[in-house]
Amino acid sequence: MNKKCECGRVNPYGTEVCGSCGKPLVDPDSNRLLNMRYEGAARRSQTYSTSIIDKIWNFFSSVKVGIGLIVVTLIASMIGTIFPQELFIPPGEDPSVHYFEEYGPLGQLYYSFGFHNLYGSWWYMLLIAALGISILIASIDRFFPLYRALRSQRVTRHPNFLHRQRIFGTSHVENVDETMEKAKKALQKRRYKIREEDGNLLAEKNRWARWGPYVNHIGLIVFLIGASLRFVPGMYVHDNVWVREGETEVVPGTSGEFFVENLAFTMEVYDEDDPLFQEGMEASNAVMFESLFRTDAVLYRPEGTLGLDQSLVEVDRHGIEVNDPLHFDDFSLYQVDYKLHELSEMTFDVEDRLTNEEVGSFAVDLNNPEDDYSLSNGETVRIHSYFPNYIINDEGIPATENAVPDNPAFIFEMVNDDTEEEEHTFIGIQRNFDITPNDEPHRYSYSLSGIDTNHVTGLTVRQDNTIPYLIIGGAIFMIGLAQGSYWSHRRIWLQAKNNEVWVAAHTNKNWQSLKKDISNVAHYAKLSMPKDQTDLEDHDKS
Amino acid sequence: MAQLSMNLLTISFFFYLLATIFYAVALTGKKWRNRNREVTGNKWGNFGYIASIGGLLFSLGYFVTRWIEIGFAPVSNMFEYLTFFSITISLAFVLLYGMYRMNALGLFTMPVVMLMIGYASVFVTEYQPLQPALQSYWLEIHVLTTGLGQGILAISFGAGLVQLLRMIDLKSKRITKQTFGIEFVMYMIISLVAFILVTNSFNAFNYEATFSYVNEFDEQAEVQYTLPPIFGPNEGELLTADRMEPWVEMPVWIVSDDFNTVVWAFGTGLLLYVGIRLVTRRRVGALFQPLLKNVNPETMDEISYRAIAIGFPIFTLGGLVFAMIWAQVAWTRFWGWDPKEVWALITFLFYAAYLHLRLNRNWQGERSGWLAVIGFAIIMFNLIFVNLVIAGLHSYA
Repeated sequence: MNKKCECGRVNPYGTEVCGSCGKPLVDPDSNRLLNMRYEGAARRSQTYSTSIIDKIWNFFSSVKVGIGLIVVTLIASMIGTIFPQELFIPPGEDPSVHYFEEYGPLGQLYYSFGFHNLYGSWWYMLLIAALGISILIASIDRFFPLYRALRSQRVTRHPNFLHRQRIFGTSHVENVDETMEKAKKALQKRRYKIREEDGNLLAEKNRWARWGPYVNHIGLIVFLIGASLRFVPGMYVHDNVWVREGETEVVPGTSGEFFVENLAFTMEVYDEDDPLFQEGMEASNAVMFESLFRTDAVLYRPEGTLGLDQSLVEVDRHGIEVNDPLHFDDFSLYQVDYKLHELSEMTFDVEDRLTNEEVGSFAVDLNNPEDDYSLSNGETVRIHSYFPNYIINDEGIPATENAVPDNPAFIFEMVNDDTEEEEHTFIGIQRNFDITPNDEPHRYSYSLSGIDTNHVTGLTVRQDNTIPYLIIGGAIFMIGLAQGSYWSHRRIWLQAKNNEVWVAAHTNKNWQSLKKDISNVAHYAKLSMPKDQTDLEDHDKS
Repeated sequence: MAQLSMNLLTISFFFYLLATIFYAVALTGKKWRNRNREVTGNKWGNFGYIASIGGLLFSLGYFVTRWIEIGFAPVSNMFEYLTFFSITISLAFVLLYGMYRMNALGLFTMPVVMLMIGYASVFVTEYQPLQPALQSYWLEIHVLTTGLGQGILAISFGAGLVQLLRMIDLKSKRITKQTFGIEFVMYMIISLVAFILVTNSFNAFNYEATFSYVNEFDEQAEVQYTLPPIFGPNEGELLTADRMEPWVEMPVWIVSDDFNTVVWAFGTGLLLYVGIRLVTRRRVGALFQPLLKNVNPETMDEISYRAIAIGFPIFTLGGLVFAMIWAQVAWTRFWGWDPKEVWALITFLFYAAYLHLRLNRNWQGERSGWLAVIGFAIIMFNLIFVNLVIAGLHSYA
């Protein structure tokens, strides 16, 4: 089904403009401007449409479909910002109630549509995937025909091709050769590449800008593939760890290969009286202006066998700040959260109610309480129960919400030598009463005599092995985008016909600049300025 | 130095005003032909260009002096970012005017620059220190690049608007989608002007009205109004003497002082708009049309497109690429679906759609003009609404 053009070139089926001489093959007698998109080369999507594969190919290769996908993704993304996504609602909140309570019936509707988790939904991912496929197929469908057409273009073009270009004009000249020579010089001066054939000229510039869109599409595809690699096991770790000052914790996600110690956590605020910022801080609603969050961290690696002779060996130390994470292996530790003045130790005094004398005191490490404590008089206090974060649970029984000592409470046990009974006393913040036996007052009473606090740092552990792919994809994308945006492909054809010179020109963008180039050449070679035929066409309409 | 810096900004404002006037004069055309019937309107265009360059230099002076004094790029709160945005718009204008020499572009871009400075003045103008998340050289890299991209994209709005005003018939009595669209844009711009005027006027008199009210947690709280309270807070009780009582009490789930401000902006905007129409007996857009008679809409279309073609890669580099790199360093992840991030993506997708639509000739010309206007609306939405209303990591002001 291939067609042979009068110039001798065999064009593949579906070609609209001969790839060699430019003769319009579809509608050859029309006077309308020639559609120069993809040089009129045969594209698979425009040529075949019978099989299922053809139909899928044609669907995804359509720019209209691509734009449709972009617009749908755009609208979906907008919807996702109407109310906060699930990951931004306060932790511990049940989304099924939260959206209704915060935002009323609309919030309920938002939740029931699943918009609270829009960006992680199957259909949003499907949209992005479809966009990726569209980018890939549309690029393949266009790049190869365009590449071949631009490579095989001849200098001498069919008259119908020339006068159906947007910019076209003819000039009578005395000496054709001399004019052509002048034009050639002017074009070379403007950095056009010149090809000559039978006394005709093709001046071309920045053809590589035409590959920009395809390069940036490759970048996008690499980026999207990179992003999808996150779901491959081992590529991505994200976890949080709280480390109290002076403590060492295993770094989660590293299978116990790394430990981190928090030497000290520092939070600093800007001085209210700083002459530079004072007024600005007063004018703001903020209560304080933090200037620094830092964890002085030491990173360890365990050596030896766990449970036998394991010891921690220092690998690195680093002041982790908000914009300055600690990197090791493929991991990074980030400063993300903190808690100041968490209770760390409580000191209790014990009094003998018989003698009204203090019989000793003991300090409980709230994060690592001992089973029992010896007093100076030789008696022993045993910790019967410890509730780091005391609550009364649903069954009405004392319990702890978690292991964080925000609201510590104890049941202490001591043996009364007189009665030989075990006395149990409940003691917590603003709570202090005897439990058993409860018929008469206990011999020993406790009072809180001191507390100690500690800062806690919240660190995020992250490993993201997809990043190199994203960087490569992003870089290719930006290169392609710049290539296609900041340069434009311009071609000017000059053809000698008897004692006339025909000038036609085409560019894919920035026509005004192309016209400037031509007017410069026309001025230099004393040609009449060709016309922009869209102006004429518009004129015809009005 | 602080005073000097602000003075430079004020001077630049008047230069931009001067530029606007010069460009308007240049566009009145006919009167300015000389004896040989050559158009000398261009001379006024040159004056306009010189004034806009002057404005740019003075505003750069503000930027540099402020940077030197505070020790980091002054782009960390709403006032600073908006003034920087005004600088990038004028920079992009100087660049593109140099290429195309279209006075109509100046007539519409210079007021946009002034609007941004005016709008910035509504926010805290004093120096504010940097919070830890912003203490990084990425502040400069990310924000300056994004701002430059947005500034160039803003030119496409100016050119698109000129193109639409040139092409759409605003004289006929019939209301079409186009006339409605143009008048809607005009009304929005007038409302922004009204907002700036009203807020600055009441600020000048230190207007303040404090209410005690019952907040959404059923607790007693206080709220300060800086504009007269048309809409009062839930169960509000006026604490300041000699202030007007609210006309309407708002339900608890509406942030009543913000709502009050919004009503003031659009209310006075409406008064101004209706006033202009009653006095001139024309559509607001039609008032500009006599100035634009000689504008070639094709050239405007190309400027608008060119601005997007130049601005889009820069915006993408700053607003997405650099943004992702910084987010990975500061926030542990390169992408977190923070509303501001999502709106940067939406902006990217919108201009990507624009660039693909332009492959089709039917979408060049008037439709392109509309898209350029909508694109700018998205940028402004991201700047104003997402920062101030939708809470997220970027709520700095």
